[in-house]
Amino acid sequence: MTGGERPVEPSVEQSGDRSGAPTVEPRRLHPLTPPARGWVVVAACLGVVVHNVNSGWATPSRLIIGLGVLVPLAFAYGYLSWWFTTFRIEGDDLRIDSGMVFRRTRHVRLSRLQAVDVVRPLVARLFGLAELQLQVAGGDKAEASLSYLGEADAQRLRAELLARAAGVRPDVGEAPEQPLVAVPLSAVVGSVLLSVGTWAALAPSVAILVLAFVLHELAFVFGTLPLFLAAWQFTAGRVIRNFDFTVARSPDGLRLRHGLLEQRHQTVPPGRVQAVRIVQPWLWRLTGWVRVEINVAGYGGKDTDAKETILLPVAPRAVAHGLLGQILPGVAIDTIELIPAPRRARWHDPVGWSAYAYGADAEVFVARSGRFHRILDVIPHAKVQSVRRTQGPWERRLGLATVHLDSTPGPVHVRAARRDAVEADRIVAEQAERSRTGRRGAGTERWIQGASDSSSGSASSLDGGAG
Amino acid sequence: MKPADDALAPPDLDWRSVSEQLYRMRRALLFGVCILFAILGGGLLGWLVVWWAGAVFVLGVAGFGAWALPLIRRNQRSWRYAERADDLLIEHGVLLRRLVVVPYGRMQFVDVAAGPLERHFGIATVTLHTASASSDARVRGLPPTEAARLRDRLAALGEARSAGL
Repeated sequence: MTGGERPVEPSVEQSGDRSGAPTVEPRRLHPLTPPARGWVVVAACLGVVVHNVNSGWATPSRLIIGLGVLVPLAFAYGYLSWWFTTFRIEGDDLRIDSGMVFRRTRHVRLSRLQAVDVVRPLVARLFGLAELQLQVAGGDKAEASLSYLGEADAQRLRAELLARAAGVRPDVGEAPEQPLVAVPLSAVVGSVLLSVGTWAALAPSVAILVLAFVLHELAFVFGTLPLFLAAWQFTAGRVIRNFDFTVARSPDGLRLRHGLLEQRHQTVPPGRVQAVRIVQPWLWRLTGWVRVEINVAGYGGKDTDAKETILLPVAPRAVAHGLLGQILPGVAIDTIELIPAPRRARWHDPVGWSAYAYGADAEVFVARSGRFHRILDVIPHAKVQSVRRTQGPWERRLGLATVHLDSTPGPVHVRAARRDAVEADRIVAEQAERSRTGRRGAGTERWIQGASDSSSGSASSLDGGAG
Repeated sequence: MKPADDALAPPDLDWRSVSEQLYRMRRALLFGVCILFAILGGGLLGWLVVWWAGAVFVLGVAGFGAWALPLIRRNQRSWRYAERADDLLIEHGVLLRRLVVVPYGRMQFVDVAAGPLERHFGIATVTLHTASASSDARVRGLPPTEAARLRDRLAALGEARSAGL
């Protein structure tokens, strides 16, 4: 444990020079980590002090003594756990050791890296820090995070990890990037305004505010605080999250950058996008906008409004389809012929039946649904995890069946709904075959190594990106 | 009841059915639950309200049991699976029919599980886990030897055909 007090920077460069060296000196997180992570505790303590300063038991002297004990204790704990947290890169592994009493070692296999995020929450930004989140496929706790690193270190480490994961020399540095789409603020604000959910969330809040003013009952407002929080999340929260949203392409993969207060900088390596969904909420038809969501193994499907799984919060349909052509090379969504569900499906879904359709070409399977909230799901054949056919009692009576193409957890669920039962069997059989051939043609885990010998789509996109 | 998936299942496909023990286990479970309900519910009703209310309740429970028994039988008969060259097919369900096709190369790991009741009846459940949470690829009611054989075969095939995510 020598050189623990040294700043992180020199050791980063050191390991960069000795590319592929088997043993590397363990590095520590940024020394400002404890205050950046512990500010919540300190703020809570101060809040308690301010709140109780005039109550009986809490005389100022007692409070000051209490603070004088608690805050240093918290700092001591923070710095001890900082001291015992180290990480190092050993070949294909990123090894993270942590824990004071119970030592915990975590190995992250870099060849299995699904995505790397650099997250900078507001407080961390004030300290000039950033968190590195590594998404690895599998299990619930698929995410390993290093919080916090210096901003420059985080960038460098990300480049190094991605380079190692790609199978190139780790000291090549940051890959150049080529911007694809930038979402203007007006579009983000417009998209929020043109959402039924926004007005549904705002209406009760406004009603309560008016009521409170009319009745002079401010307690009303405090009682319904959760409602206001929801309204905030639906409106300003979405604008803040999607502020300055840019999508860029680099040999490392897709780069997404967004956020006003908390900035998130995501990198999804080529071929890691499992499935894509293009959504058009009802009112967005007026402007022709769509939203694009993706499934990436490791991002998981914890909640539907997740900040990580949005590839493009709002854009004209043509732009979205163009972007789709970038992440799934050789796919032209507009040319795929969609086969609608049979007419008798209306007895099952009186409203939505006419929207159900599916189509497939050599690369992807496409399914459409939603009469008002239009959804188009796209999954490459090679990424299909399993194919299912289900038939409920009512579907059975009508001679219909639904075919599901399972993807990794995420917002995208691909299904060809309410097909003719015989047709459904044919879809299952054909899809099993297509996925089999698709898997065979897919590239390796290390995308740059595999680029020379495989003719996969991700490889060709790489050539375009580097050129 | 002949399932109508001839397009998917060529006649030479070797469909295997699961053990009758699955039916016996569920039958025992059904009897146990019915008897428990009859004694508790019927007894309470008969004791607290009137004796014939309890008797009607017991009759109702017996009727439910008689109705559910053939359903359990049909469900057990509906379970079948087939190993193809590159994927495993599992089909089950009477009211809600499901068919799942899992490519061996997509398998992350195989699970063999047998609870105390399953062990008593000499059956086990083999679950195939893919990277998707919704795959639902499970074969219930396999005799232990068959479960072990299937597990080993799946593991070997999975390794041979393994594909990256």
